[in-house]
Formats: sequence, structure tokens, C-alpha cells
Amino acid sequence: MMTSFLFRAMDARAGVFLAIMAAVIILVPAGNLLVPHGSPFHVPTYAVTLMGKYLTYALLALAVDLVWGYCGILSLGHAAFFALGGYAMGMYLMRQIGTRGVYGDPTLPDFMVFLNWQELPWYWYGFDMFWFAALMVLLVPGLIAFVFGWFAFRSRVTGVYLSIITQALTYALLLAFFRNDMGFGGNNGLTDFKDILGFDIQADTTRAGLFAASGLALVLSYMICRSITRSKLGKVLVAVRDAESRIRFLGYRVEHYKLFVWTLSAMMAGVAGALYVPQVGIINPGEFAPANSIEVVIWVAVGGRGTLVGAVLGAVLVNFAKTWFTAALPEIWLFALGGLFVFVTLFLPKGILGTLNDGWSALRQRRNSSGQEDGTGGPRPQAKQSEDAPASTPPPVPAMSRAGASHPQPAE
Amino acid sequence: MKATSLLYLDGVSVTFDGFKALNELSLTIAPGEMRAIIGPNGAGKTTMMDVITGKTKPDRGEIYFDGAIDLTGEDEASIAEIGIGRKFQKPTVFESHTVRDNLELALKAPRGPFATLFHVISGRETKRIDDLLGLIRLSDRKHELAANLSHGQKQWLEIGMLLAQDPKLLLVDEPAAGMTDAETAETAELLKDIAQDHSVVVVEHDMEFVRSLGVRVTVLHEGSVLAEGSLDHVSANERVVEVYLGR
Ligand SMILES: Nc1ncnc2c1ncn2[C@@H]1O[C@H](COP(=O)(O)OP(=O)(O)OP(=O)(O)O)[C@@H](O)[C@H]1O
Ligand SMILES: [Mg+2]
Repeated sequence: MMTSFLFRAMDARAGVFLAIMAAVIILVPAGNLLVPHGSPFHVPTYAVTLMGKYLTYALLALAVDLVWGYCGILSLGHAAFFALGGYAMGMYLMRQIGTRGVYGDPTLPDFMVFLNWQELPWYWYGFDMFWFAALMVLLVPGLIAFVFGWFAFRSRVTGVYLSIITQALTYALLLAFFRNDMGFGGNNGLTDFKDILGFDIQADTTRAGLFAASGLALVLSYMICRSITRSKLGKVLVAVRDAESRIRFLGYRVEHYKLFVWTLSAMMAGVAGALYVPQVGIINPGEFAPANSIEVVIWVAVGGRGTLVGAVLGAVLVNFAKTWFTAALPEIWLFALGGLFVFVTLFLPKGILGTLNDGWSALRQRRNSSGQEDGTGGPRPQAKQSEDAPASTPPPVPAMSRAGASHPQPAE
Repeated sequence: MKATSLLYLDGVSVTFDGFKALNELSLTIAPGEMRAIIGPNGAGKTTMMDVITGKTKPDRGEIYFDGAIDLTGEDEASIAEIGIGRKFQKPTVFESHTVRDNLELALKAPRGPFATLFHVISGRETKRIDDLLGLIRLSDRKHELAANLSHGQKQWLEIGMLLAQDPKLLLVDEPAAGMTDAETAETAELLKDIAQDHSVVVVEHDMEFVRSLGVRVTVLHEGSVLAEGSLDHVSANERVVEVYLGR
């Protein structure tokens, strides 16, 4: 059962993606650690960290694509799950500092000593153990998403209303985490990390390791997402996206399906955040900013929603552009991002990958129909087939077969 | 009456903003029966199906299925699981899925997310899908997206999906709308076939179609039953003639 489940994820497209990712995961750390400094092939450490950050963004985008691209849930709050995962990891990293903090308290992080707290709040217990923190990275975003989804999906909140309450969720968390008495470092967040699993967090080897871990997490999540979208459950998700009320009349409980992908997606976002924090060295409430979640949606839209690989591509491309812009022309980055979104919405409504897919099937179609004119493609069946027509000749796929495929269509 | 009928509606009323779409509607369908429902536009035919399938909650009245199951408290998904399938007035198929996948989704099987996640299609299911494709005359288009089907073919696909569900009762809303005469005749044959081993309620405006079904007819008007009997019997009813000609 499990093997056939994962086997389902594999095909040519997955193969290409995995090959590229394998090359990236091996070559970037190797270029940093093994190639000498003077060489043109040397990858500087700051670049490893930067690309590692892109990979965690790509994982976040993948999580958004699973719920938005396949199930039609436009989440404008996924950065909240990312940040929660990040905080869970940050708490572990804080506890690792120990006596090396400014105040040298063996258990209390600096900001608590500064606030004159005498003991560790109960919710900081256990975070000195990596396995516990790792579990919380999954459970905290998962649980919050589950509870949120339970109420939202059961009361059939959909569309814009759902998007708005996801924004409200991340905004509420933003305000909460800003407060000093919440015990998460308030405004400043968690920072000044020293080491992770005993390795110096600044060391090149640790950076390379975190990069590789981010790459592997992305690959694994991609495989899970793809197994899901290619399963019968994936077909139900697309049916929910396109005609939610119709699928209910077939006996599917839409809320259960939404809850399943929503919770899973939040957990993936949490993992992304947990890998992000040790690489950038800080987590603060700014990560909950509503604008962050909106940016993720733009990455997915640019790459092509409902394609998985497109989400990864979009996240990497847009963030690469952002890095370049914020260094060269910092004032205009937001305008460029807005402009990009307008451009994509108007001219590439299916994103980069969706457009490439269309071009590819149109090309294949042209090849098919020219084969037909040569008499090699078999007779073209009539649109309306009589009963005794041979059922075995598969018809050529018309050019329209992909275009216009995803118009939402409500029942009645 | 209630205990022996497959579907039992008694005194069902639905009000939309003060407008009575269903007004003390009472109706019973016997097990194995096929029934045609006619009535002018706005008579409440579709609303009746909405109420039976859980889309609309009735303000008042009883709805029982299979003698004992109270449908008024159930939602769409459980009513579908109990054994009532529905074809919509405006054909609604899953356009970005292939014809085959549309049938696979409808096919009777466990409906939970974990069941579908690990589902591997069996030979028996493939055979059933192929049989249905033959029945609805779409065998050679099974790999095409449902979006590319003609209006009539979408109607048939939806009937195929209904059969794939294998419900006890089929509610079929205007199956012949937008079809050519030949297609309409074929659809009538298809429904008669289906009625051999299912109970069916068909709503249709096309009188030729209703006549060719040759079944008992219920006339709805302003949300309640105006007349019931054979088509000839109800067409002879003065009130029926009045509501049809009066518009
Ligand atoms: N959701 C709704 N809100 C308000 N009014 C509604 C709603 N649904 C139906 N109605 C009204 O209820 C009345 C009955 O509608 P219904 O669709 O049941 O008629 P019908 O018999 O199926 O007609 P037709 O033959 O045109 O399909 C109509 O006047 C319609 O406008
Ligand atoms: Mg109607």
C-alpha cells in the first residue's frame, strides 16, 4: 500500500525535478567546502546560506500550492505556520546557548533574565531536546491549522472570506508575538544562536549541512505532495476546487478533505520555517506580517499554480529577483513585485510552468494531427459516436484539451 | 404509506424571502417506481430535489427515505451515501478531469480521505467504468477532458456518474434539455433501462419525452401537487391545461 503510494509520485517530470535537486544538493555544498577559495567555481558561504533560504521559501510555496493550486483554498496566512515552525526551532536554538548568553544564565534565555523572570515558562520545557523541538515544528502549526480548519471548513467558509480570516489569523499571531509577556522575546524575537545539534551554527560545514537538509526536505515534501495529487484523493481535491458543491452530492465530505490537506500543508510550512531560522540566524514577529503570506501567493502564481514544480520555480525566481533588486534598487522592489503580479495575472494566468505545459501539449497536438494527415494517426472519430463504434481507438487529444480546463463551475 | 414507500414527502414547505417555493408538498415514490414530474417554470421542481438531497433545508414537513430514514437532519454527503443520486438541471461535471476520472470519482467506493489516498483502482472497477462508458456512448472519449464534451454528452456523462454511484433512487433534473430529438429519444431509452433496477424521479418539460417514458406523472404548480396519474389523465385535467396555457 505504502509503496504503491510513493511509486505513484514518479514519472518523467518528477525524474527531471529530482535530478536537478540532487545536483543542487550535492554541487552547492561541494563548491563551498571542496573547491578552493580562488577558483571561479568556489561557492561563497553567504551564497550557500542565501540559496538555502530560497529552498525553505520554495518549500513554503509548495505548501501553499498544495492547498491553493489543488484544493482552491487561497491561504493568505501561510507565513504564520512558517513562523510558528521557525519559533519552535528558535526556542531549541535559544536553549542551546546555555551559559554563553550575555547574562550567563544556564536555563533562562537572555531576554527572560532582562525581564526579571525567575523561571522558565512551562511552554519552554522540553525545547532543550532537539527531538522535542522537531516534533513541535510539526505539531504546533499542524494543531493550529487543524483547529482553525475544523471551524472554518465545517461552517463552509470559502473564497474571499476564508482568505480574509487567514490574514486575520496571521495578524493576530503577529500582535501576540510582539508582546513581551508572551515569552517569545517580543519585538526582538529570538537570535544570537550559537550551535545546532552541537555544531557551530556559523561554520561553513554547518551551513552546507543546513543547505542540504533544506534541499532534502523540499524533495521529500515534493514527493509526498505529488503522491497525493496523483492519487484518487488528488482527483477529489481538484473536484473540490472546481465544483465544491457538486462533489458533496457524490457523497464526499469536502470539509474532511480540506482539513487533511490544510493541516498537512501547515506542517510543511512549519518545517520550512524551522530550516529557515538557523540559516538566517533570527526569528522575530515580523515573519507573521500579513504581507509575507501574500508574497508567497505571488511566488506560486508566477511559477504556475497547481503544478508543484512551478511553486518551487516561482519562489526561487522571485526571491532571486528580490535579492538583486533590494541590493541595486531597494526603493522600487515593492513596485516591481506588484508589477510582476499584475503582469502574470494579465498575460500568464497559468504562470510560467502552466504556460509551458500548454505550449507543450499544443505542440504534441500539432504533431498528432500532422501524423493524421499522413494517414498514420487513424481515423478521427466523430464528435458524437454511434454505439457500435470501436471502443479501442483512443481519439487524438484536441488542442483545447488543456486550455480552459480549470474554470470553476458551481453546481446549479 | 410512510413505511412502505422509498421516498415519502409530507407537508414540505420552503420559503425564500417570503416566497413559497414549496407549499405543503406531499409525494410518495414506491420502491422500484419511475415517476415523471412536470410543471411550469418556477413550479418548485428543482427546489423539491434540493430539499430531498439536503441542499436546502425545509421550513416544515417530513421527508423519509426507505421507510425509516429521516432526511431532514442529514447533509448532502450523507444523503448521497444513504443512496440518493442526483443529476443537476445544468449539467455539472468536473471539467478539468477526464471523462474516465469523472466516472471513477462517482464510482461506489469508500468516500473518506484516507481511503481515497491509498486507493488503487481494481480490475473490477475498471471493468465497471468501461461498461458505463459504453452505456453512455463515451467509450472513445474517455481520455478527454469533460470540458470538451458537447452539452448532450455532458448530460450523459452525468447520468453515467449517477449510475456509477449505484444509488437506490435517482433524481434526474431535465435530462433532455438542449438535446436534439434523436438524442432525446436515446436518453429516454437509457432512463427506461436504468429504471429496470432503480427507482427514478425525472423532471422534464419535453412532453414527447415524458410520453415515451410511459410512467405515472405528477404535475407541480406553485410548490404543490396539482394532479397525478397517467399523462393522458393529467393532460385532460382542466386545472393543468389552465396553468400551462395561462402562462
Ligand atoms: N435559492 C433561492 N433563492 C430564492 N429563490 C429561489 C431559490 N431557488 C429557487 N427559487 C425560486 O423558487 C421558485 C421555484 O424554483 P425551481 O427552481 O424549483 O423551479 P423549477 O420548477 O425547477 O423551474 P424550472 O422549470 O424553470 O427549472 C422559483 O420562483 C425560483 O425563483
Ligand atoms: Mg428546475
